[in-house]
Amino acid sequence: MTVPLNSEFRIPNPGTIIVNGEPMPWKDGMTVADVLKIRNYIFRMLVVQVNGELVKRGTYDQAKIPDGANVEVIHMISGG
Amino acid sequence: MTTTYDYKTRTSYTEDVARQKAAHKVLLRHPFEPSLPVRGYTNRTLHIDHSTLKVTEKQVTQQMKDIFIGGRGFGLWYLWNAVKPTTKWNDPENEIVISPGPLAGNTAYAGSGKSLVVTLSPLTGIPIDSNVGGYFGPLMKFCGYDALEIQGKAQRDVVVVIDGPKKTITIEEAPEENYDSHIAAEVFMHEYADDEKDFVNVSVVSAGKGADHSRIGCLNFSWYDPKRGAARLKQAGRGGIGRVFRDKKLKALVVHGFKLKPDMNQAADFKRTTAVGRVLAKEIHDFDDQQCKMRKIGTAHLVEIMDAYDLLPVHNFQYGQHKDTHKIASPVWEKRFTQGIFDGCWYGCHMACAKGADCHRVKTGPYKGHLVTVDGPEYETAAGLGSNCGIFDPDWILESNFYCDTYGIDTISYGTCCAFAMECFERGILNLERTGGLDLTWGNAEAHVEMLHQMARGQGFGVIVGQGVKYMQEYFAAQGWGDLQFMRDFGMQVKGLEYSQYQSKESLAQQGGYALTNKGPQHDEAWLIFMDMVNNQIPTFEDKAEALHYFPLFRTWFGLMGLCKLPWNDIEPEDNAKHGKDAAKVPDHVYNYTELYAGITGQEATIDDFLRMSEGVYNFQRVFNLRMGVGGRKSDWPPYRSMGPLTVEEYESRAERYDKQLKELIGVDPEGKTTEEKIALHRAWREDRYNKLCDAVYRRRGWTNNAIPTLETLRKFKIDFPEVVEVVKPYLEDGEK
Repeated sequence: MTVPLNSEFRIPNPGTIIVNGEPMPWKDGMTVADVLKIRNYIFRMLVVQVNGELVKRGTYDQAKIPDGANVEVIHMISGG
Repeated sequence: MTTTYDYKTRTSYTEDVARQKAAHKVLLRHPFEPSLPVRGYTNRTLHIDHSTLKVTEKQVTQQMKDIFIGGRGFGLWYLWNAVKPTTKWNDPENEIVISPGPLAGNTAYAGSGKSLVVTLSPLTGIPIDSNVGGYFGPLMKFCGYDALEIQGKAQRDVVVVIDGPKKTITIEEAPEENYDSHIAAEVFMHEYADDEKDFVNVSVVSAGKGADHSRIGCLNFSWYDPKRGAARLKQAGRGGIGRVFRDKKLKALVVHGFKLKPDMNQAADFKRTTAVGRVLAKEIHDFDDQQCKMRKIGTAHLVEIMDAYDLLPVHNFQYGQHKDTHKIASPVWEKRFTQGIFDGCWYGCHMACAKGADCHRVKTGPYKGHLVTVDGPEYETAAGLGSNCGIFDPDWILESNFYCDTYGIDTISYGTCCAFAMECFERGILNLERTGGLDLTWGNAEAHVEMLHQMARGQGFGVIVGQGVKYMQEYFAAQGWGDLQFMRDFGMQVKGLEYSQYQSKESLAQQGGYALTNKGPQHDEAWLIFMDMVNNQIPTFEDKAEALHYFPLFRTWFGLMGLCKLPWNDIEPEDNAKHGKDAAKVPDHVYNYTELYAGITGQEATIDDFLRMSEGVYNFQRVFNLRMGVGGRKSDWPPYRSMGPLTVEEYESRAERYDKQLKELIGVDPEGKTTEEKIALHRAWREDRYNKLCDAVYRRRGWTNNAIPTLETLRKFKIDFPEVVEVVKPYLEDGEK
């Protein structure tokens, strides 16, 4: 599955995605699970949106991220 | 995991119970008529002066319920009326107020057994509020009281007993019992229960010998765990309430209540409470194992998560990660905690996060060789007694956890105090001569526990550590051992209260979440690190101020009601993600609380109503601080260690991050600059941002630029009583009145 690119979102640079407001190198075939691994986002209670669209839990391995995408990984509060 | 030991086996302390009970001298026997609450309120409270032996019942007025709601609100109101601006924590008029709140004691919804404890803190001189589990509050409420005020100071150790079935309140001299809490809870339970089946109807509040000599003393609230056959403990930890308790010569408060039945709150619409309770129970059953694993590990599941996000306090909050964290991470605790038995600190709590480590063989001190059940460690304890002091040995963490609890010492403050003392030792401010021979190098667990024994004995360097970080800063400076300003920069306290165990350097919102609190830096007002630092959801000062309005108020509401916050957001509905960026507020659970509140009290309410309830109490507490001489922007200022890299080692450990920030956020090229110069640039930038955050937060809260609630704000929440206005007026400019 590939999450469609939101037309309102401007690509910052080719080969780059934005994750929680910060640029990150993109590579072909990159999935949500890859982003979580690279960022060491090990927390289990997450809401992930790619270009504004919700990515269902359990599908992070299959959810491909397009070049230039805006990825939001919302961590719940928990603990504290 | 299979348990290979007998979790019912532990050292017993009850063989002498009959003789100990026989030694009691009853000083007062006061009859009372028990009653159940109606729609969550009993509408009366109990005032006990155990030095003049006077017991008084007070009526709860409608105004009290409208403005102060219950729980923490009742505690603050009673304390306000009990003390003067000159009252110190150890004056007899200082009170300990315990109030469970109108929703407390319901068994329909998880996390509903909390008591709120309020007193003037020995650490801060201002009101402290602490939220605690265990059965005391609900059992007391079902005897007929919405709150208990304890005032006075006895000559000799006494026990105060509220006995519902016997319809008596007694004040008794109790000279024989050991009051270290793991013993006191068991012994007093045996003394006042009719038989074994009745153990669940007795709860004991106590503080051990450490609280005799330490301002970081806590209170232990007991609850009987029938599966283990053990009296378990939960702590009202923060702010030194245990020290006040022991100063009053209280050995124990005991409630002997009635056998629990459904709906003892006599809810307006009981079915509404059970309907949402069932939904939550199913979520916990279905999703907890995939989410936080609270039922298996409790809050200790956070250890490795905090480490992964560079948030675990290491070596007195210098760093956020450590290579040995795996040794104290959740898989270790999952094995240590007995699995498969109920660990709820109140009936009906399916979250059951009050984990117990059974069969701990005590290594040191007066209980060396005893076999005990250790309650916890929770995350804060594992981090405070562990990583923050460089200790990564779970056996030693259990040892210090056990002794903190039984001696009545707050694990959070103790962790932060020890971490400060250890850093002082590492930097040469302390040495073996000054510590009386204690080697406080990072990771020395034996010295760490020995300081607890010194506190309990009232001798040695441990007693100085037990006076808190603020005291140590001033004491060490007065001895000429170290520079006061430097120690203020790395001593993790605000208003005199020690920080709880999260690294806040990279979250401006959490810096405010700690330092802008009323009572001092405890995370139970606002925990915003993920939302701010990781999610980048609240980038502007105004965004952060809004979060620092909503979250402290919503969390205050739990303390007004007698609820635990964990079932709100440590479990989430399967489809919580549908709420997108608002998911962190767990809107479906907020809805549950509106149903629970309406179901019990009969009053419909929205989240805005909840926030309004909290905001009145919150502002009242801020004025209370002012009345006790603590207030203004300066009192909200954090130590620099919480804001950014203080030392060369801290900077260079994360040089890439800090250099990048210099370039991209501060607009300075780090090339060619010394580390000291870069630290100074960061400090100027970070302190300026913190000041701007204060501006935005004070505006949002309806306060002046000097953190004083305006008269308009007081009027808005109907707390503009003449004595409240009198406190605030001198601080207001003409235009602000």
